[in-house]
Amino acid sequence: MNTLLEVSGVSVSFDGFKAINNLSIQIAERELRAVIGPNGAGKTTFMDIVTGKTRPDEGRVIWGEKSVSLLSMSESQIARAGIGRKFQKPTIFEDQSVRDNIAMALKNPRGPFDVLFFRERPADAARIDEIAGEIGLSGEMARPAGELSHGQKQWLEIGMLLAQDPRLLLVDEPAAGMTPAEREHTTDLLKRAAETRAVVVIEHDMEFVRRLNCKVTVLHEGSVLAEGSLDHVTKNQHVIDVYLGR
Amino acid sequence: MRKPFILRHPSVLWFLLALSLLTLGVTILSEGFGLGLISTSFVKTLGKTLCLCLIAVAMDVVWGYCGILSLGHFAFFGIGGYAIGMWLMYARTEQIVAASLSGGPLPPTPQEVTDAVGTQIFGVVGSSEIPLLWSFADSLALQLAMVVLVPGLLALVFGWLAFRSRVTGVYLSILTQAMTLALSLYLFQNDSGLRGNNGLSGLQNIPGYEAVPQSVVAIVFFWASALALGAGYVLFAWVVSGKMGGVIRAIRDNEARVRFLGYDVESYKLFVFTLTAIVAGIAGALYYPQAGIVNPAEIAPIASIYLAVWVAIGGRGRLYGAVIGAAFVSLLSSWFTGGGAPDVPLGFYTIQWTDWWLVLLGLSFVAVTLFFPKGIGGLFDRLVRNPR
Repeated sequence: MNTLLEVSGVSVSFDGFKAINNLSIQIAERELRAVIGPNGAGKTTFMDIVTGKTRPDEGRVIWGEKSVSLLSMSESQIARAGIGRKFQKPTIFEDQSVRDNIAMALKNPRGPFDVLFFRERPADAARIDEIAGEIGLSGEMARPAGELSHGQKQWLEIGMLLAQDPRLLLVDEPAAGMTPAEREHTTDLLKRAAETRAVVVIEHDMEFVRRLNCKVTVLHEGSVLAEGSLDHVTKNQHVIDVYLGR
Repeated sequence: MRKPFILRHPSVLWFLLALSLLTLGVTILSEGFGLGLISTSFVKTLGKTLCLCLIAVAMDVVWGYCGILSLGHFAFFGIGGYAIGMWLMYARTEQIVAASLSGGPLPPTPQEVTDAVGTQIFGVVGSSEIPLLWSFADSLALQLAMVVLVPGLLALVFGWLAFRSRVTGVYLSILTQAMTLALSLYLFQNDSGLRGNNGLSGLQNIPGYEAVPQSVVAIVFFWASALALGAGYVLFAWVVSGKMGGVIRAIRDNEARVRFLGYDVESYKLFVFTLTAIVAGIAGALYYPQAGIVNPAEIAPIASIYLAVWVAIGGRGRLYGAVIGAAFVSLLSSWFTGGGAPDVPLGFYTIQWTDWWLVLLGLSFVAVTLFFPKGIGGLFDRLVRNPR
């Protein structure tokens, strides 16, 4: 399969602390990947680097078949290139309606004047309805997003990511704070999303990762400790020592 | 088929209706066209108030909707005033000079007229040269273009530098204060080319219309101010509605998230900052001919802070709130500081409102911030949404 994202030899340190140390990860097109690791392993920093929030001290981050470097691009340029990101805490726009939240994320020209003179086409409305159905919020479209339950907010954010139609979805602890039923729905959402695009999920919960049933990367102290199926990595002695054994 | 924008926002219609009724009422009661029940100076006060409402609406968009607490928008207002003031002063002085020179045996050469105009205008700052800045002062069209271009360009350059460096929050507020302070200090200098602390004066006299009495000039400017406020209100209501409004409010609430949605936050901020600066310039160009004088003290940092206070008291994030706040506070302020409020003798001390008004204003600002964060406009919302 073609490589979509290639992170190679990336290091970054904050005040002398090496958060990422010579990290290399490759994500293929339409791949579902789970990234696990203890606290401070650099999982979130990895996402920060890919999405342009943090600049690495060294290394390369290469994107797409044209092999463009993401390091010289701004956050919004990277997002427009096709990388969507979901934060750990649900970040939606609480005083706007569910529908407006999805509509804002919908893939359309992003310049100020495009937006100023924007008029919604029937295709846009159909896509918004479709996404709302997928995340189970069809009945909540007119409600202010701030009124949603925690789980619904997480889904709305996933829905906004789907609306962006990215080629790579980075999802940070999507199931945190969810009920078992909500977790199951979230697993389904992510698996379905991965049928048409690459999805990288950061997760703490082993049970959740097992249900995703995908290739797993274990991070430790800012670099890759092990990679492979969940069964494979959980048998790895290093992984047991630093993570699972505790 | 979508309904037109105005019909989807009935509050805009209500506002336009109220503004038209006010305009009609003032016209009927004015000395210029009607019964003469309200004085010309009060018509001017009302006209000026409408201009302040217009800049307050602009401030509300940049602060209340986009979250940029600019404490420098009065600089753009002042620049608008200076731009139109230059033409008013130059054209009028030129007429007076031409009239007085025409008594001689030979008609005056253009050079003589120019020199005499220079002496007239810049005598107070010990100069008779017409500075380069005044190159277009004899053209109304060009000076009107300046009303829009100079605030727009200044905002564009300032905003580009500030937003590109991701200066936000209180640091941006301080930077905008520094901008307006620097401009005001520069204009205070006698060799700034804009008559130092004298500023530009006699702006109430419109060249070519000397025969028209001030009572009529006042009402015409009142109409122009009402028209500008109405147009500005509709423009901004349109900008903050729909998808643009959604993105702008999203930037206020969480700009990092908006970036990850693929929107270039900086260009949105720059758009809002520049557009509101241009409207502020237009408001200033209508205000100062009614005030009669513009000087550097007008764009001192405190003026822009007042602007923020008006919007906060009126209610951020709702355009009519800004209008209410600006009208209410500025009219009250001129009542208190103009000696309208009777002094309160306490025996040992007499409260003179000209001094104590600021204390009262400060206290109400604190009270509104603490107890009514949505301001006066928030009370409106409660009446409309909970009609119990």
